[in-house]
Amino acid sequence: MDAARQKQLIAGVANAIVSHAGELTALDQAIGDGDHGVNMKRGFEAVLADADRLAAKPLPEMLKGLGMHLVMKVGGASGPLFGTLFIALAKEIPADPTLGEVAHALGQAIEAVKARGKSAVGQKTMLDVLDPVLAELAGADRLDLAARLKARAAAAARATVPMKAIRGRASYLGDRSIGHMDPGGRSVWLIVDAVCDTLASPAQERS
Amino acid sequence: MTKSSAAPVGIVIVSHSPKVAEGAADMVRQMVGDSVPLAWTGGNPDGGLGTDVAGILAAIDAAWSPAGVAILVDLGGAETNSEMAVELLDEARRRKVAICNAPIVEGAVIAATEAAGGSPLEIVKRTAEELSPL
Repeated sequence: MDAARQKQLIAGVANAIVSHAGELTALDQAIGDGDHGVNMKRGFEAVLADADRLAAKPLPEMLKGLGMHLVMKVGGASGPLFGTLFIALAKEIPADPTLGEVAHALGQAIEAVKARGKSAVGQKTMLDVLDPVLAELAGADRLDLAARLKARAAAAARATVPMKAIRGRASYLGDRSIGHMDPGGRSVWLIVDAVCDTLASPAQERS
Repeated sequence: MTKSSAAPVGIVIVSHSPKVAEGAADMVRQMVGDSVPLAWTGGNPDGGLGTDVAGILAAIDAAWSPAGVAILVDLGGAETNSEMAVELLDEARRRKVAICNAPIVEGAVIAATEAAGGSPLEIVKRTAEELSPL
């Protein structure tokens, strides 16, 4: 990927989060402390402000730099959790990865998020969207992959609605956490959508 | 464990609220005065409720002691951000920081009291977690 393409990717992901900050906050107000949207917005605004510099770096360094902005600016547990996702991805991904290498790196990054959050799949967290997306990505079927990844992320985020939260602030609500979408899962869905839309579009249309 | 006359363990208080962090630090000072290195941090990078990795790193630095630093945290994000901050320390310091699984106010006061007596980091941590002197 060249710098222009990488900048599209950064801007696509960051703008998706920033423009949905209100929705993310509303989801978090239902079952948490209501800061997920504003926190993620703060983090991704720092990413946007640094987008040119980040985009000029090789992909791994770009991802690491993006992750560090989230770590330093988000101001809640989402900072280290989403920051770790990108920083761990950066550790494993080559500068010009194949799909298989992306899947391998995402697998390692998901393990790093589990360790950071002392969490597992099935606890109504971002992992409940990341894990199915990885399964789709690692599958053998490459036809319409972007559309299938988006559909899988959407279905997985919606599947967090009936879950009971076991980790995070929502777990304090016990059964009352049932019936709401996990805000972190919604953020993963937004990121997956933005990555797929950017990479599936011809580069010249967006430059 | 024998008590030593070396520098006491430092105490860092990390709350989502600057008021809680500062208030807990006031209670620690009332108990141990200036005998223990102490720093607090609270609030997100914009000053609202939350925690800030840069603020935690600065507090660890401010309360640094050759005997190490014990960190007291309140809710989840304070712990996760503290763990992240510890990982960003250089390796020599990283091994000398312990995050205590204890209530923030009670834990800070009892950890500081134990630290003031010259106990090493692992004893300060365990005392905070058990909320009584060993």
